[in-house]
Amino acid sequence: MVISHALGARIKRREDPRLITGRAIYVDDLNFAGMVHVAIVRSPHAHATIRSIDTTAARRAPGVVAVWTGEDVKARCGPLPVGPRIKEMKAPKRFPLVIDGVVRHVGDPVAAVVATTMDAARDASDLVEVDYEPLPSVQDPEAALEPGAPILHQDLGTNVCFRMTYGGGNVEEAFAGADVVVKTRIVQQRLIPAAMETRGVVAQYKGGELTVWTSTQIPHVVKTTLAETVRLPEHEIHVIAPEVGGGFGSKLDVYGEEGLVAALALALGRPVKWIESRRENFIATIHGRGQIDYVELAAHHDGTVAGLRVRAIADLGAYSQLLTPGVPTNTGLMCCGCYRIPNAHAEVIGVFTNRTPTDAYRGAGRPEATFLIERAMDLLAAELKMDPVEVRRKNFIPPAAFPYKTPTGAVYDSGNYERALDKALERADYRALRDEQAKLRKQGRYLGIGIATYVEITGLGAVAGLSGGNWESATVRVEPTGKVTVLTGTSPHGQGEETTFAQIVSDRLGVPVEDVVVLHGDTRAVPHGVGTFGSRTTPVGGSAVYVAAEKVKDKAVQIAAHLLEAAPADISTDGARFTVRGSPERSVEFKDVARMAYKAYKLPAGMEPGLDVTHFFVPKERVFPFGTHLCVVEVDPDTGEVTFRRYIAVDDCGNILNPLLVAGQIHGGIVQGLAQAIYEGVTYDDEGQLLTGTFAEYVVPQATDVPAFELDHTVTPSPHNPLGAKGVGEAGTIGATPAVVNAILDALAPFGVKDLQMPITPRRVWEALEGNSASR
Amino acid sequence: MIPDRFEYVAPSSVAEAVGLLQRYGAEAKVLAGGHSLIPLMKLRLASPRYLVDINRIRGLAQLQEDDGTLGVGALTRHADLETSELIRSRYPLLADAARVIADPLVRNMGTLAGSLAHADPAGDWGAAMLAVRAQVVATGPRRDRTIPIDEFFVDTFTTTLGPDEIVSEIRVPKPSPRSGGAYLKVERKVGDFAIAAVGTYVVLDEKGACRQVGIGLCNVGATSLRAKRAEETLRGRVPDEKAIADAARAASEECDPASDLRGPAEYKRDLVRVLIGRALRRAVQRAKGGA
Ligand SMILES: Cc1cc2nc3c(=O)[nH]c(=O)nc-3n(C[C@H](O)[C@H](O)[C@H](O)COP(=O)(O)OP(=O)(O)OC[C@H]3O[C@@H](n4cnc5c(N)ncnc54)[C@H](O)[C@@H]3O)c2cc1C
Repeated sequence: MVISHALGARIKRREDPRLITGRAIYVDDLNFAGMVHVAIVRSPHAHATIRSIDTTAARRAPGVVAVWTGEDVKARCGPLPVGPRIKEMKAPKRFPLVIDGVVRHVGDPVAAVVATTMDAARDASDLVEVDYEPLPSVQDPEAALEPGAPILHQDLGTNVCFRMTYGGGNVEEAFAGADVVVKTRIVQQRLIPAAMETRGVVAQYKGGELTVWTSTQIPHVVKTTLAETVRLPEHEIHVIAPEVGGGFGSKLDVYGEEGLVAALALALGRPVKWIESRRENFIATIHGRGQIDYVELAAHHDGTVAGLRVRAIADLGAYSQLLTPGVPTNTGLMCCGCYRIPNAHAEVIGVFTNRTPTDAYRGAGRPEATFLIERAMDLLAAELKMDPVEVRRKNFIPPAAFPYKTPTGAVYDSGNYERALDKALERADYRALRDEQAKLRKQGRYLGIGIATYVEITGLGAVAGLSGGNWESATVRVEPTGKVTVLTGTSPHGQGEETTFAQIVSDRLGVPVEDVVVLHGDTRAVPHGVGTFGSRTTPVGGSAVYVAAEKVKDKAVQIAAHLLEAAPADISTDGARFTVRGSPERSVEFKDVARMAYKAYKLPAGMEPGLDVTHFFVPKERVFPFGTHLCVVEVDPDTGEVTFRRYIAVDDCGNILNPLLVAGQIHGGIVQGLAQAIYEGVTYDDEGQLLTGTFAEYVVPQATDVPAFELDHTVTPSPHNPLGAKGVGEAGTIGATPAVVNAILDALAPFGVKDLQMPITPRRVWEALEGNSASR
Repeated sequence: MIPDRFEYVAPSSVAEAVGLLQRYGAEAKVLAGGHSLIPLMKLRLASPRYLVDINRIRGLAQLQEDDGTLGVGALTRHADLETSELIRSRYPLLADAARVIADPLVRNMGTLAGSLAHADPAGDWGAAMLAVRAQVVATGPRRDRTIPIDEFFVDTFTTTLGPDEIVSEIRVPKPSPRSGGAYLKVERKVGDFAIAAVGTYVVLDEKGACRQVGIGLCNVGATSLRAKRAEETLRGRVPDEKAIADAARAASEECDPASDLRGPAEYKRDLVRVLIGRALRRAVQRAKGGA
């Protein structure tokens, strides 16, 4: 594909004016006459039996319309979907409210109070009296595996949800024959996705149609599953994702509140609204990460890696959500990173604990994979006293080896890992940095240089459990006046596809970008689709738009040829006008072709009227972006503070459709990745109470806490889609965490510090040095 | 995130405000910048029946020097202190502190008086005011009381202010010749409450020895603390490296931090030692005319 002017252009996001002028409409902006509000009573216990629920006082409170418990839900709601079903997976059913009398994490929904105002609902919710009998709870996933551990789901008889293994070659032999083995235990702490907009649902049943507005990344999946949950025919359900204020995976789920609010709207005959509070967002919306990884890497003296062994224990929390098992299994699949590792074995165990469920959070299993292999490579370099750069070079999968199949089963489409690394090193002036580091160390200052070379996987589709396969839909509709409406089955919520998809159409049809509008997120307006997650929107959804636009163009050329009484092969076009080659006076304007497509009295024989094509795009394979992130920090050994000096990211996401948007995704991604490295981390106490329950304790970095980013790219197009594009939504997050941690540990190498638990806060640095330094 | 029911009153004079406090007693709370009180109300950790909003009272936002002191009004915001040329040129400790409190949005609303009245040991102004020996002017139904800052903090969230008194002004002694101050803070991210923070104020005599020393500590005890032993260690001595290290060690020993998410008590103690060393060096440098 040739990237045209429209496609590679630095066009500002068309969605921004409405967002930054406050004109965007979010769920909470919707208000309807007669609307009632829901407040949800949630468990204060990590594990308990409900002896009784007394709703009498709450029902009598001013403004209260209804109070529901599990009993009411049971009569009106089916279970929520659990997916994806992987082999021998044991997962319990979930309902919008707890129905079996057992709460399994702080925040488990127990009752719903509906009142005429939000304040009244909130006040009355304090009057619901729930008598709990606390049960022993288990917080740590390793403890949950021990015999005698409290069991969350009695009917399953175990806390193990699934066990999966990945691998190939002969790992035992590789380790036996290796010169060195490095080992580490990594705790991927839980993270709170913390989207700016919390979740929220409004539902209304009117004229035989249930309309549900929900802050989601997957409106079509919500529609299909709601049909089951509230037992309505699917075509009577209309789901709308209005403006969505961030998701990061936390809205890639079908949540109980969607079913609950819909069921309430059906039962009460009034519009119903539920807006999640920030407190609820911290305990009742999924968390990310939450994995313990045992990693062993075997190598020869020259740095060649011989084998990798991984045991990943995933803290699933109390239930399996929509994609929960898909996250740690991604780690198993991707743990070999950019390296040719002939022998690898990964065991992935998913374990229930009495905590908020985990699910996909920006990166979803790939950050964990990248982190573990990138840390192991640095440990190996240290062990062999080699430069971390050289160890990586020695083991890279060479460009000629693509497509490359890893022993864990991933098939990488294309790559040139060394080129990205070289570009980053050059930009950083790596040699000069190492010299500066040596010089500063003599003055008692500790500079650290961290490198992470990553490969990740994007363009995922809906694995079983979502509504379909790995595909996406698009409609390109040329209106009779020549303006273009694009419908996409993806559901962008900040990524900017209203801009890039218009660029794709502009590129294909030659119409100006301003003549194209992109609609999404409304199941009545757009064809059935999958959604926005897994960095799939451009490679899969964008490719659907591309093919649909191509088909529109073919048809337009045929109509133009017919009107001009020429053969289609003789028609040339600049977008605005179709011309017979060699006869510039014989031409017709694009908008006239559009009009004629609908007037339809002069179409080629047998051609259907209209200029409107829907295409369901199925990619051949998934695509694998890669890159090198290089971070320079200085550590103050007295206070433990880490200061960023530089951050260089060279990312390869294939062809770049809009450099501004790619930079935006990388920036945001890096911020979330470095946040995991040094700022963010969920902390529970032994009773399962969330200690980091507000933004005062859960430390999300702000602009002033992050460095300026120096971005660059290499371009290795993917062969698997017509855009040659790979996703870029999560790359920054994946590269950043290990780059930052490697930098800090590089700075602390003179103190003999080899590992630090994330987030590497000042106190953790201080504690590590206190244990390592005699000078104190 | 929705506060309990409350009544809102907005008096237009201090006398009227005091009258309302007298009437409603413990059920009323003064609302100044609201950046400590409102978060607590949203979490329902505080549920006052009456909010007495003092923001409509004129003449409470002063920031000026007169006969020996700097007067800071009850409605003088953190941002006023941060951007004031007077503060920047003559009160380096206050200028340092104002810059590291919260973020610009909070600084635009929050007040020094509110911060002291709130008596959160994590509040930066408490430590800063202890270092400079400020005085709190309390206005009640009778005549104004002037409370030395050393007698103001009783416990976490508790002061010697009466339920019918409002803080109408804070008075900070004017800087002596050859004086310098500094405020240093370690936080988990910009805008966070301190893991630990320290304020130091020194006045040197002609020979370069410390004639007067003030050291305040933030978030390492049940209240903002004055490091009295550290001050004594240094008073009368030339602040050389040895003297500074002695004072820093004394401060780290006399503070009383708790272990929490920000770190274990030992870490905070050591941080006090490191920060006192740095802040004293900077204060001395400033006292000698350096920046
Ligand atoms: C996100 C965030 C971060 C913050 N970070 C910091 C920080 O790093 N360092 C820091 O020091 N502070 C920090 N704060 C607190 C902030 O500085 C507050 O503004 C300040 O502590 C209280 O001042 P206020 O004017 O907002 O008081 P209010 O919230 O209005 O009142 C606080 C208390 O004092 C009482 N009160 C207020 N004024 C008077 C008065 N004149 N007389 C009698 N009683 C009065 C009120 O009744 C109430 O009990 C932070 C706040 C937020 C929201």
